[in-house]
Amino acid sequence: MTVSAIGRYEFKARDRLENFHGNQVVYFHWEEHLLYCAGLALPLPPAMPFRTVLTDILPGCYGLHPEWPQVDWSRVTWMLDSRPFKPVMDASLAANHIGHKSLLRFWTPGLHGIGGIATC
Amino acid sequence: MSKVSITLQNTDDGRQIVDAIVSDNPAAEVSRMPALTKIDCEGRLCLKRETIEERLGRSFDLQELQLSLISLAGNVDEDDDSFTLAWEAGPATKNA
Amino acid sequence: MNAMPPLQKQRKLSLKERYAHLTRDLGWETTYQPMDKVFPYVAYEGIKIHDWDAWEDPFRLTMDAYWKYQAEKERKLYAVIESFAQNNGHLNITDARYVNALKLFLTGVSPLEYSAHRGYAHVGRHFVGAGPRIACQMQAIDELRHAQTQIHTMSHYNKFFDGLHDARHMHDRVWYLSVPKSFFEDACTAGPFEFLTAISFSFEYVLTNLLFVPFMSGAAYNGDMATVTFGFSAQSDEARHMTLGLEIIKFMLEQDEGNVPIVQRWIDKWFWRGYRLLSLVSMMMDYMLPKRIMSWAESWEMYFEQAGDALFEDLSRYGIRKPKYHEVAAKEKHRLSHEVWSIFYNYTQAAAFHTWLPSEEEMTWLSAKYPDTFDKYYRPRFKAWSEMAAEGKRFYNQTLPQLCTTCQIPMGFTEPDDPTTICFRSAEYKGERYHFCSDGCKDIFCHEPEKYVQSWLPVHQIYMGNCGGAEVKDVLAWYHLNFGVDNFDYEGSPDQKLWDEWQAQKAANPV
Repeated sequence: MTVSAIGRYEFKARDRLENFHGNQVVYFHWEEHLLYCAGLALPLPPAMPFRTVLTDILPGCYGLHPEWPQVDWSRVTWMLDSRPFKPVMDASLAANHIGHKSLLRFWTPGLHGIGGIATC
Repeated sequence: MSKVSITLQNTDDGRQIVDAIVSDNPAAEVSRMPALTKIDCEGRLCLKRETIEERLGRSFDLQELQLSLISLAGNVDEDDDSFTLAWEAGPATKNA
Repeated sequence: MNAMPPLQKQRKLSLKERYAHLTRDLGWETTYQPMDKVFPYVAYEGIKIHDWDAWEDPFRLTMDAYWKYQAEKERKLYAVIESFAQNNGHLNITDARYVNALKLFLTGVSPLEYSAHRGYAHVGRHFVGAGPRIACQMQAIDELRHAQTQIHTMSHYNKFFDGLHDARHMHDRVWYLSVPKSFFEDACTAGPFEFLTAISFSFEYVLTNLLFVPFMSGAAYNGDMATVTFGFSAQSDEARHMTLGLEIIKFMLEQDEGNVPIVQRWIDKWFWRGYRLLSLVSMMMDYMLPKRIMSWAESWEMYFEQAGDALFEDLSRYGIRKPKYHEVAAKEKHRLSHEVWSIFYNYTQAAAFHTWLPSEEEMTWLSAKYPDTFDKYYRPRFKAWSEMAAEGKRFYNQTLPQLCTTCQIPMGFTEPDDPTTICFRSAEYKGERYHFCSDGCKDIFCHEPEKYVQSWLPVHQIYMGNCGGAEVKDVLAWYHLNFGVDNFDYEGSPDQKLWDEWQAQKAANPV
C-alpha cells in the first residue's frame, strides 16, 4: 500500500547501512532471561568474526546476569531472522549471512532464568 | 443496551449537579472517587436545567456544565432546557 | 419618504438559533479562487463529504460563551496555583517519588498539548464547513491553554526537584520521548480527516480518559492539588473534545458509505498507536503513584472495555467494528505496566526521571491487583534486582535496546499468549529489514511503509553519531540532562535527599 499524499512521497530509509560509519546494527536477545527487558542493539563491523562477538561483545551486555558464566556456547541454539541458524564461529558476521538489522535470538539449554523463571 | 456516562468534579456546583442527575434519573449508578464522581446509566441520561436550578437555588445556564465536566460517554444533545446523553438504537441515517 | 419597519420586540435567541447563526453564515462558496484551491487538503484522503452543514456541535457552543467559560476556568485555576505556591503545597505530597510522574507528564504530554494546538489550528483552516472549523478553532485555543497551564503549574516543582528544567528540548531528543513525539507527528503529517480520527476520536474519545482521569484522581490522592486543578481544568475542555471526536466520526460515516472502510482502517491504526503510547501511563498508575487509585487493568476494563463496548456497539450500525487487536490489549493488561516499568528500570541511567524497586507493601498491592501474573513473573524479578542492589550493584542494562520501528518503544513486550517470550515481528521493504513489537505495529508499517522508513529511532541515531557522542554522559549532555542528578535510581538521588531533609524538619518541628 502507499501513503495518501498531496504529492510524490518517497524517502530513503533513515537507518540504511551507509549511515553507520562502517558498522552494521545487529540485534541480540537472550531468551528466557528477561532481567534484560528487551532485545539489544549493537553496532558491529561486518568483518568481525562471530566468535569475537561471543567472547568480547556479549559479556559486556549480559555479564551481570548470575547465569551468564554458565553459558556453554557449544550447546546454544540460535535463530537468525526467524530461521534456525548454526553460526560458523571463525567466519565473519557477513560470511554468516548476518546482515544490517538482523536479529539473533539464542536459547541456552539448562539455563531458563533465575530459579527457572524466564522473566528473570 | 449500553451505558452512557458522565464524570463531574467534586466541587460545590458539581455535587448539586450530581444530586440533580440522580433525582431525575433513578437508574443512575454513582461511583465516587478522589476529586471526581462518575455516573453511569443504562441507555440514556438527562440533565434538566430546572432541577439543577432548584438544587443550586439560582438560575443556571446549562453551558455552565463546561466548568464542572470531566468526561462523558454517549451522544450529546444540548438545548436551553436539557442536556442529554444517549446511545441511539436503530439504523443510521444517511444524508448522501 | 422612508417607511420605518414596525419595531419588533427582540426575542432572546435560543441556543440552537445562536449556534445556527454562527455556523451557517460564516461559510460561503468562494469566487475569486475555486473551492478546491482554497481547501486543498479535504479530498486527497478519499473521504467524501456531500453536505458540510450536516455537521453540528452538540454542545452548540458559541464564541461569546466559549470566552466566558474559559475565562472562568482560568480564574479558578490561577487562584489554586497561587495558593499552592504560597502555601508550599509541594511539601504536602505523599512522597517525592510521586514527582517523577510529573516529570514524565511535563516532558511527554505537555509538549503534545502544544502539538495539538498546532494540529487543530491547521485542520481548522482546511475544513470547508463552518461547524467543524469553529470546533477545531476552539480546540486549538484550548490546547494552547493546556500547554501553558501545565508548564506554569509544574514550574513550581521545578524550583525544588530535578529533571523538570527543559521539557521542550528533551521532548525532541530523549529516547523514550520519541514515543509520544512520533505518535503526534504521525497524526499531524496525515490529512485533516485522519488527524481528527487519530486525535479527536481514537485518542481523545476512546483513550484519553485513561490518561487524565486516573492521573488526576491519583494526583488528588497524593496531595498534589495544583496538578489536580490543571488536570481538571484541561479535562473540562476534554469533554468537548471527545464530543468533537465522536461527531466527526459519525459525520464521515453518515456522509458516504465509501468512507466506512477508510475510517475503520484509521480507527484500527490509531487505536493501536494510542494504546502503545498509553503503556507509559500504565506504569505511571501501577508504579509511580505512592498512593494508588486503581490498577491499569481495572482502568482498562472501565474505560476501554466497558465504555468501548458501548461506543462500538453504537457505531456498528454504520458497519464499524471494534478496533483490530483490541483482544491483544485485553491479554496484555495484566502485564503491561510491569513490562514497561522493567524497561525504565533497566535504562534509568539515561532517563530524566528516577525509578525504584516497589516496596513490600506496594508489591502486596500489585499481587492483589494482578493475582495471575505478579507473583509468578514479576515479584521474582524485583527480588533478583533488590538482591543486586543490596550488594551495591544496582542493575542497569549496559546495552541500548532494539526499538519497534512504529511505536519506538524498546522491544520488551511479550507474545500475546506467552508473557515469558518477547514478541518479535519483522518485515522487509525495499531490501531493508524492519522490526516491530506487535502485529499491530507491523500492520501499521506495512500499510504505509514510506512513512515509517523515516522513523527517527533514538538508538540508531546514537549509533550514527547524531546525539552528542558515544558515551551515555555525552548523550545525556545533548539531552540537557544533568548526569548523576536527573538520572539513576531514586535511592540515593538528590530528590530523595532533599525530601528526607524536609521530612526530618517536619518531624523535628511538629505543628
